[in-house]
Amino acid sequence: MKTGFRIFLGTLFVLGLSWCGFVLGPVLQLGTQGQAAVLNSSDIYPNQRPGAATLGLQVYRANGCAACHTTQIGQDGVVCDVVLTGAGSDPAAVSNLISSLKLTGLSKDEADAVSGQITAAGGKSETHIVPVGPDISRGWGMRHSVAEDFLWDNPVQLGSIRVGPDLANVGMRYPLDWQLLHLYAPQSQVKDSMMPPFRYLFKVQKIGATPSPDALQLPEGFGPPAGYEVVPTEDANNLAAYLVSLRADVSLYDAPFTTASAPSTGTHK
Amino acid sequence: MNEIEKKYSAIDASCRLPLLVLFGVASLWLVIGLALEIIASLAFHKPDLFAGCPFLTYGRVLPAANNAILYGFAMPAALGVVLWIFARLSESELLLPLVPIVAANIWFLAVLIGVVGILIGDSTGFTWLEFPRSGSILLFAAFLLIAISAMATFGARRERVLKPPHWFLLAALFWFPWIYSSANLFLIAWPVRGVAQAVIGWWYSNNLIYVWLALVGLGVAFYLLPKIAGRPLQSQYFALFGFWTFVLFAPWCGIPQGAPVPSWLPTASTVAAFLMAVPLIAIAIVFVNTIRGVNIECKGGPYCYAKFAMAIFILNEAVMLIATGCPHCNAVVGMTWFMPAQVYLQIFGFFAIVICGAAYESLPGVMGFELPFRSFVRFQHWCFIVGSVLVALLLAICGIEQGLKMQNPEIHWHDITAGTLNYLKFSTLGLCLLLLGSLMFAANIFAATSTWLTRQAKAVAASLTESFEAEEVKS
Repeated sequence: MKTGFRIFLGTLFVLGLSWCGFVLGPVLQLGTQGQAAVLNSSDIYPNQRPGAATLGLQVYRANGCAACHTTQIGQDGVVCDVVLTGAGSDPAAVSNLISSLKLTGLSKDEADAVSGQITAAGGKSETHIVPVGPDISRGWGMRHSVAEDFLWDNPVQLGSIRVGPDLANVGMRYPLDWQLLHLYAPQSQVKDSMMPPFRYLFKVQKIGATPSPDALQLPEGFGPPAGYEVVPTEDANNLAAYLVSLRADVSLYDAPFTTASAPSTGTHK
Repeated sequence: MNEIEKKYSAIDASCRLPLLVLFGVASLWLVIGLALEIIASLAFHKPDLFAGCPFLTYGRVLPAANNAILYGFAMPAALGVVLWIFARLSESELLLPLVPIVAANIWFLAVLIGVVGILIGDSTGFTWLEFPRSGSILLFAAFLLIAISAMATFGARRERVLKPPHWFLLAALFWFPWIYSSANLFLIAWPVRGVAQAVIGWWYSNNLIYVWLALVGLGVAFYLLPKIAGRPLQSQYFALFGFWTFVLFAPWCGIPQGAPVPSWLPTASTVAAFLMAVPLIAIAIVFVNTIRGVNIECKGGPYCYAKFAMAIFILNEAVMLIATGCPHCNAVVGMTWFMPAQVYLQIFGFFAIVICGAAYESLPGVMGFELPFRSFVRFQHWCFIVGSVLVALLLAICGIEQGLKMQNPEIHWHDITAGTLNYLKFSTLGLCLLLLGSLMFAANIFAATSTWLTRQAKAVAASLTESFEAEEVKS
């Protein structure tokens, strides 16, 4: 190799390839993405987060919460469960039949076969789509995370390591009050938690003529000295609002699942 | 002193000030960065240690430490070494020597703005791009300035044929401005929508840690090994093949499995990680053939640095190939402490060691006198190897255990984190060893600088007295 120019051209080419793939490609494919339709509903998803939650994302960013928490759920795949919805004219035959059949953890073809058999016996059944995987079994989410979940966020804080639990659906697991208590004194809510407390997001102040309605109701041993109260700052309230807004609970085309309350879907035969 | 030595001593002397300033900046940030890293790891010993202090909370200190080490230490030290290698290979004195000196000062300011920005909560929130905007712009400008001086020296080379280190280092000089500007434009200046941000973030991190650092480190190692061993690289053709396949496949790695992005992206990364076996084998062959049968006692000197760094690089890449090229393994270790373990090994086990080795190789010639603390060289070598391997090993085992437990939903999350704590606490020890090593590096750099300054002052004083005496004689 004689000239630096060839190195330059070669590098330009190989780096350009990966740039087209991983920078230009996603921008073209995802940069114009819009809201998606929620399955079996006229709703669209996602809606813009509430104002406080949008501000809270900036508190999340500034304090580096993503250094310890991911907000992405994984999923191994989906299975089908067949649920009996009607016994028809001959309940005994149907109940005999289903006691001999495997109804959960089926593939789609198996589920079709089972519901076919139930229909033939005069019963009615529904097929439910159930996502599976360790994250789902742990109760961290109803389905895997998809690109739509992060549509309105800037910056997108997916995180890359789970020092603490995943937060993709933390808003479904705990209410606002719990979040505030947990931010001020994590160990008061989760025994032996390794999360550092974020006391600097709160004010400890003397109780005035009337106690503040926002003051935290901390358990014994975690509270301020007598005569003082702990009041969240605006940052703490926004951060808690953001955490509560973290919920991916709708079924989408990329990530379908059957919700308990959803109108009956699947094979009605 | 024969002709050749005389020629090289003039070339080395031309690099003196730029190298001193760049190495000075680098060693200072290395010490600060590791101190911050230790502060961050204290959170695992006592979570509520800094509960009332926003500047020292884990989520701010950790990125500040990482950025201080990477942008504060790794890059300026590497650029200093690149300038020296380019001058040496060109057989020409360093051109525009004032430019890197100015650039090193801008660089210091950029890292200072960046690290303070992160600590006060101005981080951008993207891994390895946390510096607030003003810091990144200054850093980019400083890099371009140093690259200009390097390219001018390259253009003025007397020996026209390019050597293997040239390929790697030229590619690296070109690589960084592209990835850094691209990532900053698409993520911070005009942020793209949704998870495209995350994809660009992964692309950048991978290109910075596993491509840029590897290109510079390999270029430096492929300069040092033949130079000290006194024989050419075995063989250049393998090295050329390794270089082109590496730059072809490596930038496609880095998108984790199961990420909430279109699935062709992680699939492309898995395939690329698998194909990385090709350059890895080529590079390993070059390395083994070059050092085989060479009868040099390295005694903890620069040769030792380059050898160990290369061995760690090959090991780390091989582990990464398995961990990211095999979807089953990736499902276990993804999102665990295994990933940071690899980054530690890449930065400290490979890059810092090879760059410090090159600094120690260059300094005696560049300064014109021996290192002030020669025994420190050997001691730092062991501190860095033991420290980085200890941290990486602990975190890797921790990550595998964590990953296996995460696969089983019956195990309560709380028990999983409790299981990681002991490893994390012990890893502080490895960080302390690294800090000890970095203090020795800083001691050598600053003592060499002050010795040189004292000599300069003495020489100036002597010439003044001389001229004064001459005046007296005249009158």
